[in-house]
Amino acid sequence: MWFRTMLWAVLRGDKAADRVVPPSGFTVRLTLFTSAAMAFLTVFALALSLAAGRLAADWGDVLARSSTLRISAPAGQMAEQTATALKVLEQTPGVLEARALSDAEQQELLEPWFGPDLPVESLPVPRLIAITETPAGYDSAGLRLRLQAEVPGAVLDEHTRWRRPLVTAAGRLRLLGWVAILLLASVTGAMVTLAANAALSANAQVIAVLRLVGATDAYIASAFVRRFTQRTLTGGAVGTALAVAALSVMPGATETGGFLTGLRFEGWHWVLPLCVPPLAAAVGFAATDAAARRVLGDLA
Amino acid sequence: MIELENVAYSYGGDDLLAGMSLQIAPGSFHFLTGPSGAGKTTLLKLCYGALRPTSGQLTIFGQDVQTLGRDDVAMARRRIGVVHQDCQFLDHLPLQENIALPLTVSGQASPEQAGNLHELMSWVGLLGKEDALPPELSGGERQRAALARALILSPDVILADEPTGNVDWEMSQRLLRLLVELNKMGKTILIATHDLMLIRAAKSQVSTRVLRIANRQLIAAGAEL
Repeated sequence: MWFRTMLWAVLRGDKAADRVVPPSGFTVRLTLFTSAAMAFLTVFALALSLAAGRLAADWGDVLARSSTLRISAPAGQMAEQTATALKVLEQTPGVLEARALSDAEQQELLEPWFGPDLPVESLPVPRLIAITETPAGYDSAGLRLRLQAEVPGAVLDEHTRWRRPLVTAAGRLRLLGWVAILLLASVTGAMVTLAANAALSANAQVIAVLRLVGATDAYIASAFVRRFTQRTLTGGAVGTALAVAALSVMPGATETGGFLTGLRFEGWHWVLPLCVPPLAAAVGFAATDAAARRVLGDLA
Repeated sequence: MIELENVAYSYGGDDLLAGMSLQIAPGSFHFLTGPSGAGKTTLLKLCYGALRPTSGQLTIFGQDVQTLGRDDVAMARRRIGVVHQDCQFLDHLPLQENIALPLTVSGQASPEQAGNLHELMSWVGLLGKEDALPPELSGGERQRAALARALILSPDVILADEPTGNVDWEMSQRLLRLLVELNKMGKTILIATHDLMLIRAAKSQVSTRVLRIANRQLIAAGAEL
């Protein structure tokens, strides 16, 4: 009930009620600056989170959980070693599928280099085994040791395995970004609470007069809540605009630039910063409302 | 309107007031007197719900104050005009907005009220001061402004705490005439004062009851005045 009254009072506005609380320059500037700075940082934390998320997703796709086993063996042992290797792979936990490429497939792979007429079967071309991994992956050091013992001619080629820890790191970075956003919201709330408390105590006489002439707590609180909500909204909008401007002059993601240049928003993500000012206003609303209720509850 | 039954109040130590019983009937005119520090202001504060009795029963407009929520108290105050000893205003707003403040906060402000406001300000002799800020006013002007503010909602009860404390004799007579006139219009009036001259002057104009706080008790003190 109180919440609805408050929300309505803030959205509707009341010029007369706004005049009742004297304007105080100090808390205005403080609140504006804080919410602008916090919005600025929030947008960057958001960009960081999204970039880290994109990175994790991209690299995760590239990994595609595949690697290759190459077997070079004398012509007579090729079939035997391939069979052994396949058996070893089948027994390795973490390997979803292992399949030896057929001659035709191998020829297709070599075609760009040697042309279509290469007689693959008459050349000592190594045999390739395509390995598909389970999401968890296999223990590559263990597999290497076993292959070394049983299939001396085998070379395990994990093209993208080195990126795996980076993908994990990118995932953590994304989480860190979200934690930062939560912290920024809490700090904004704390600052607004302090500023609102200062404003409420500075206006103790105003509040006493208003109570004396029959103002309800909701009326008094709404005058303060409205003011602080507007300030955090304005500050949040300014900070967001600055941060978006700063981000938009950063170069976009490039193949070689990697992570740092990928900090810009991409596609529909540019819409997300628009949520920051309303969120700042919501934090300002909640913090002032709580502060006003607490202070007013203690008065006669 | 306001009834006290065996009411006691203490600010934490011994009772300041004890065993107070009083009925303020509609249309009555009461004086509350007693030495400084006897608890006159405290009794008035009890009457408009700023304080709650530590024991006993106090009803305002038929409602037990112990059952009143903060919003109920706010609503009750729209029916009780209070004039404080040290009148407080919103110092950043001009006088006429201060006097109209009860209308503003109760959502009753409207252009039609402008006429009422003008009439009220002329009645308390503050015409020409509409745009003055409260700190620019003299003590007497502040008292009259506080009275005007207390009256703007046309309350049923007027509680005044030393309304003539800061003004000279002539001005106090003028304020008293205003209060007597209000009483004749049917308002219930309770004035706390230690100005016996004022009480004597009132007695010649209107039928009053004089109450005295002595030894924490409320006693009728009419005869000796």
